Amino acid sequence: MNRQTAPTDWKGAVMQKRIAGRYAAERRFKLIGLGAVLLSGAFLAFLLFVMVGNGARGFMYTHVEVPVDFKAMPLTIDTTRLGDADADQVIANAGLADIVAFAADEALGTGGSALISENAWKEVRSAIKADPELLNGKTVFELPAASEVDIAAKEGAKGALGAKVDALEKDGKLGTGIHWPFFKNADATDPAVAGIWGALKGSVLTIFIAFLIAFPTGVLAALYLEEYAPKNRWTDLIEVSINNLAAVPSIIFGLLALAVFINWFGICQASPLVGGLTLALMTMPVIVIASRNAIKSVPPSIRDAALGVGASPVQVVFHHVLPLALPGILTGTIIGMARALGETAPLLLIGMRAFIGDVPGGICSPATVLPMQIFLWSDEVDRGFVEKTSAAIIVLLIVLLSMNAFAIYLRNKFEKRW
Amino acid sequence: MTFNAAALLLLIAGLALIGWLAGRARSNLLAGRAGTKLHSRPQYHGWYVALWLFAPAALFLAVWASVSPALITNQVLSSEAAESLPAYGFERGAVLSDARNVALGNQDKVRMPAAAGLVKPYADASHKYAWIGIAAMLALALAGGLYAFTRIRPDFRARTRVEKIVMLVLLLASLVAILTTFGIVLSLLFESIRFFRLVSPAELLFGTEWAPTSGAPQPDTFGGIPLFWGTILIGAIIAMIVAIPIGLMTAVYLTQYAAPTVRKWVKPLLEILAGVPTVVYGYFAALTVAPALRNFAVMLGIPNASTESALAAGIVMGVMIIPFVSSMADDSINAVPQAMRDGSLALGATPNETIRQVLIPAALPGVMGGILLAVSRAIGETMIVVMAAGLSANMTANPFASVTTVTAQIVKLLTGDQEFDSAKTLAAFALGLVLFIVTLLLNIVALRIVKKYREAYE
Repeated sequence: MNRQTAPTDWKGAVMQKRIAGRYAAERRFKLIGLGAVLLSGAFLAFLLFVMVGNGARGFMYTHVEVPVDFKAMPLTIDTTRLGDADADQVIANAGLADIVAFAADEALGTGGSALISENAWKEVRSAIKADPELLNGKTVFELPAASEVDIAAKEGAKGALGAKVDALEKDGKLGTGIHWPFFKNADATDPAVAGIWGALKGSVLTIFIAFLIAFPTGVLAALYLEEYAPKNRWTDLIEVSINNLAAVPSIIFGLLALAVFINWFGICQASPLVGGLTLALMTMPVIVIASRNAIKSVPPSIRDAALGVGASPVQVVFHHVLPLALPGILTGTIIGMARALGETAPLLLIGMRAFIGDVPGGICSPATVLPMQIFLWSDEVDRGFVEKTSAAIIVLLIVLLSMNAFAIYLRNKFEKRW
Repeated sequence: MTFNAAALLLLIAGLALIGWLAGRARSNLLAGRAGTKLHSRPQYHGWYVALWLFAPAALFLAVWASVSPALITNQVLSSEAAESLPAYGFERGAVLSDARNVALGNQDKVRMPAAAGLVKPYADASHKYAWIGIAAMLALALAGGLYAFTRIRPDFRARTRVEKIVMLVLLLASLVAILTTFGIVLSLLFESIRFFRLVSPAELLFGTEWAPTSGAPQPDTFGGIPLFWGTILIGAIIAMIVAIPIGLMTAVYLTQYAAPTVRKWVKPLLEILAGVPTVVYGYFAALTVAPALRNFAVMLGIPNASTESALAAGIVMGVMIIPFVSSMADDSINAVPQAMRDGSLALGATPNETIRQVLIPAALPGVMGGILLAVSRAIGETMIVVMAAGLSANMTANPFASVTTVTAQIVKLLTGDQEFDSAKTLAAFALGLVLFIVTLLLNIVALRIVKKYREAYE
């Protein structure tokens, strides 16, 4: 059988149409791919835009000019005690809060004391402590506005409050400035004085402890597995558990910490110590995996050369392999630490959810961390906390991005291509 | 005089430094006197002395720090003043800790009058045991140091011994991973068994009513199905509908079409998306996405539209997973042999046809493995669902309604004010066990698929 078929007519209209269709499909497909990339980028841009748009205002605050005349309303305290440790208490007991509230009522009209933050008098207190001479005269203080006034001044408001804010603005009594208390204070129930310093310090302590435990353990474990471990069932078990631990949901580590560290060992609850231990267990597998890759990329010729001139296996590793692998190890460690720094879920379970109004003093005192502060503020009813939350997110993202950028810089600068 | 473990650790570290210097000097001296060469270099002799000085004392310190509080309390309880203590329970502990705080100087005066008589016995006992501990520790350190010091000789193999200890430390470090795994499994199992004594496993796995925080009249019910459904709806369905097409197409575009410079810039940008903390995503979902979706649903006239919706949590979670899916797909596509691609193109297929009919089918096992890993990551994700998905256990397929997940309920059960032994807190561990097993299985299956597929092309 010799069936003859006519040769395909590539120049004919049918085939030309088919080819055009295939090329069109090609263009469509490429566009869809580009669209997917752009969509991912758009998500990121939108996320950052929303956070920055909301958060930029969180770094600013509105202040109200309130003249306080201590001649008319004397604050009767013993000025020699202002240097004492309990000076804050002394001034508070003398009734400064009432004096400031009264001054605000007088300067801003009835209800004026409601326009300034209920903690505004503490600013006056700090000023008095710095300069007791203020008590002998009249001074104009720039006091933080109450949360509603702050929002009204930033966003505009309707009704009685809006009218009042407009009037104040016309009189030039309102002003804006960088909200330094945001960087200096711990958490508070009043958004006008709530700050992130407590959470930031808690984060630093927690991460420091996590690093102190996870880095040596992770690097040593990687060295063992990569350089010395015999091929047997135990080594396989270690490898399998490390790979699995890297994929275990973070909240499981919280359960482990709650059952073992808190209920069994009784380590101080909600402290940077127990938080750091939890995050250390979580990041250790990440560090092991990154370190093993870095160690693997050191060429065997280096080891052979060192062994050849008489170094012992331990000397080979600690004098030659480890220093050469260190940039890669550090890069992996920094990325792992950045992940730990942004972690919230396991810390929720070990009690770090509580409201902590003080800056943590040590590794065993109750503390909170930056992501947890964001979570706590996001639950607050007071609208003033919306911009505080976004501002805290900006701080967190800046810290994380700079850690990652540093890791990339480190890799590019020190990594050797063999 | 109190027992300060950190200061004592510094003290023996200082002693170890002296031991190091002494050991090094001694080995040099002996070698010089005998006119021979040392077997090990001087610093190894130093390390040998330092380790013998430090390790036993540090070990003793750790044991003593954990044992001595009990010894002190025992002595206080056997004193005369302790006879007036309340029998057992919370108050007894409170009085004791009050007395301890005063005795250790943590607070100025007692808060409870009953504790006043106990301060002196406490101070005496802690004083006594602190001295015993410090004396024993120093004795151990000196004994260890002297023993090592006397063994130094020019032909002493100090390096071999030190290296043995180094190897031991390395081995111990790698055992931490096993220890953690066992810790997770045992703690979850132990608490879950206690829970299953109160509630049958069948009820948790197949019950359809989840109401552990209902009021006193009705008994708590622990039917897990609504939670499992919510977890699947958010993590395995909605998030994947977002993440798989975008992630896959991103990988295809970046590996097959994009210029190298574009690739170099876009990949780190995608990594940023993976590096944003989950709490930020959660806040973004709750603040921006959820209200927008609710308004959209109301506009469409969908009933039960809630500000906490499965859709908001799922979409944002999908965005979070995109880089993960994309990098897994990237690896699988790159692992397909170049010859297959070239062959297809040489036969006249367009790149689009090559990708769809050759590359993707060839990379499919790897892509599937990556998707399973992504699912396992999504169902273990906590903060986004806690903040955006809500806590009401609904069995609904309506993505605009509020559902809850396993992880969100674990957080809810453990952040309340219940006692630790109540069924509610134990239920969290049982849920954790279910989550652990499911993610473990997903990971094992996924890794096996990926591995098998890689071998097929190697």
